[in-house]
Amino acid sequence: MNDYLSGLGALLQQYDVLGAFWTNIQLTFWGALIALALGTLLALMRISPIASLRWAGATYVSIFRNTPLTIIMTFMVMGVWTALQIQLADNFEDNFFRLAVVGLAVYHAAFVCEAIRSGVNTVPLGQAEAARAIGLSFLPAARLIILPQAFRGATAPLGNTLIALLKNSTVAAAASVSWETSSTMKTMIEFNPNYLWEIFAVFAIGYVILVIPIGLLTTWLSRRLAVKR
Amino acid sequence: MDQSTSTTGQPAADNTVDAPTSDRALGAPLVELKSVNKHFGALHVLQDIDLTVRKGEVLVVIGPSGSGKSTLCRAINRLETIDDGTITVDGKTLPEEGKALAQLRAEVGMVFQSFNLFAHKTVLDNVTLGPRKVRGLNKKDAEEQARKLLDRVGVGNQAGKMPAQLSGGQQQRVAIARALAMQPKVMLFDEPTSALDPEMVNEVLDAMVALAQEGMTMIVVTHEMGFARKAADRVVFMADGQIVEEAAPEEFFTAPKSERARDFLSKILTH
Ligand SMILES: Nc1ncnc2c1ncn2[C@@H]1O[C@H](COP(=O)(O)OP(=O)(O)OP(=O)(O)O)[C@@H](O)[C@H]1O
Ligand SMILES: [Mg+2]
Repeated sequence: MNDYLSGLGALLQQYDVLGAFWTNIQLTFWGALIALALGTLLALMRISPIASLRWAGATYVSIFRNTPLTIIMTFMVMGVWTALQIQLADNFEDNFFRLAVVGLAVYHAAFVCEAIRSGVNTVPLGQAEAARAIGLSFLPAARLIILPQAFRGATAPLGNTLIALLKNSTVAAAASVSWETSSTMKTMIEFNPNYLWEIFAVFAIGYVILVIPIGLLTTWLSRRLAVKR
Repeated sequence: MDQSTSTTGQPAADNTVDAPTSDRALGAPLVELKSVNKHFGALHVLQDIDLTVRKGEVLVVIGPSGSGKSTLCRAINRLETIDDGTITVDGKTLPEEGKALAQLRAEVGMVFQSFNLFAHKTVLDNVTLGPRKVRGLNKKDAEEQARKLLDRVGVGNQAGKMPAQLSGGQQQRVAIARALAMQPKVMLFDEPTSALDPEMVNEVLDAMVALAQEGMTMIVVTHEMGFARKAADRVVFMADGQIVEEAAPEEFFTAPKSERARDFLSKILTH
């Protein structure tokens, strides 16, 4: 029994499990930030009065929402970096990390866009008409009246997208970010198959601990921020 | 209502009371619609509408549901496009989308049936937003003006509240202040009291009557005959997308010329 515990302890010291989680948290943070900006821009395009922008926004969403993330991540390395020779940093690790962030961001931006659009649908048409009636053109009306209410109405779906992004950050493995959680877990199990269940449990529980507060927080926020009509 | 007039099909001229049209001198044409047509699919909602509203005039638009009153209002503010014809406001033709249109809209105030106050902003911010973002007023001046306007419509003490905390009548008066804050040349009202509980109708109508007396040019879609009699210079009766009849309020309500108007009035009067 003591052997078993000290063996497990040694294993957790030998591999940087916390560091691996920290990598996924960073991937999620930067991915979410860029996805939010890009997704907001896409949502703006999709509700804009210009037909070609609406079309471009809709096309982006249907392409990226329907492409598996693994394929996007692999493309980031094989296509963007190897073939197109676009390098995002000088050292290998930073380069792969940034490629992964971009891959996560362009993929999840499509979902952010749809979440915001669902938020826009919670804003009565009269709000936009009143904004236009006092002389606001599209962008100021969107920025001052529509989006602030849309974001409040989209808190819950945006939270779900964030949770998906955190879990999907493990796909960064496909972009050669080999020090993130799922890759670390795989290596640990490969070299310590007798601890298979324990290793698996450590990583699964780690994610549950990260995800549950996000869910609770966004549920609470969506109630708090709801626009009273 | 005396139904005998409707059987003859003739205007009962001798019943006509001299309409107390205002003694206000009406100015130059401010809003002009010429041969305006609008379709919703196969539905011809505005049919060859010609209408001129002069500076200082208060025009009441009345007519059965679906006759195109709202569409007319919304077309004047270009919330609705038109198929052909021209609409000018103070001599300027309504531009296509874009900055010029936004600018022109700012000169036309609009009050909606459902108030449409910005739900995430305080009453004060609702009134200052347009002046600050469209007219470029600074915060202090915009707030000073807003407080005056809110006082004028009797909701000065609600400035810090959110719209949802106000009664319908209060919200609609804030909406009037919001529109006035842009210092519009003309105000459009689309059934401003029909979403209100009966006890709140008068507080809104009073604010509108006061506005009319101050000389504001107004186009008001309403079935409130009291308001029309008290404040309107002219009543336009619409049916099926056409202007069927135009008259001074007293004349229209006591001796409507058209069958459609008589029919319509008998319906709203018996209820
Ligand atoms: N966006 C739209 N698309 C299609 N049809 C519409 C649209 N808006 C209005 N209509 C139709 O056009 C006609 C005129 O509508 P409008 O709202 O102008 O009438 P209204 O006189 O204001 O009626 P109400 O007294 O009920 O407000 C109606 O038959 C209506 O159903
Ligand atoms: Mg209407």
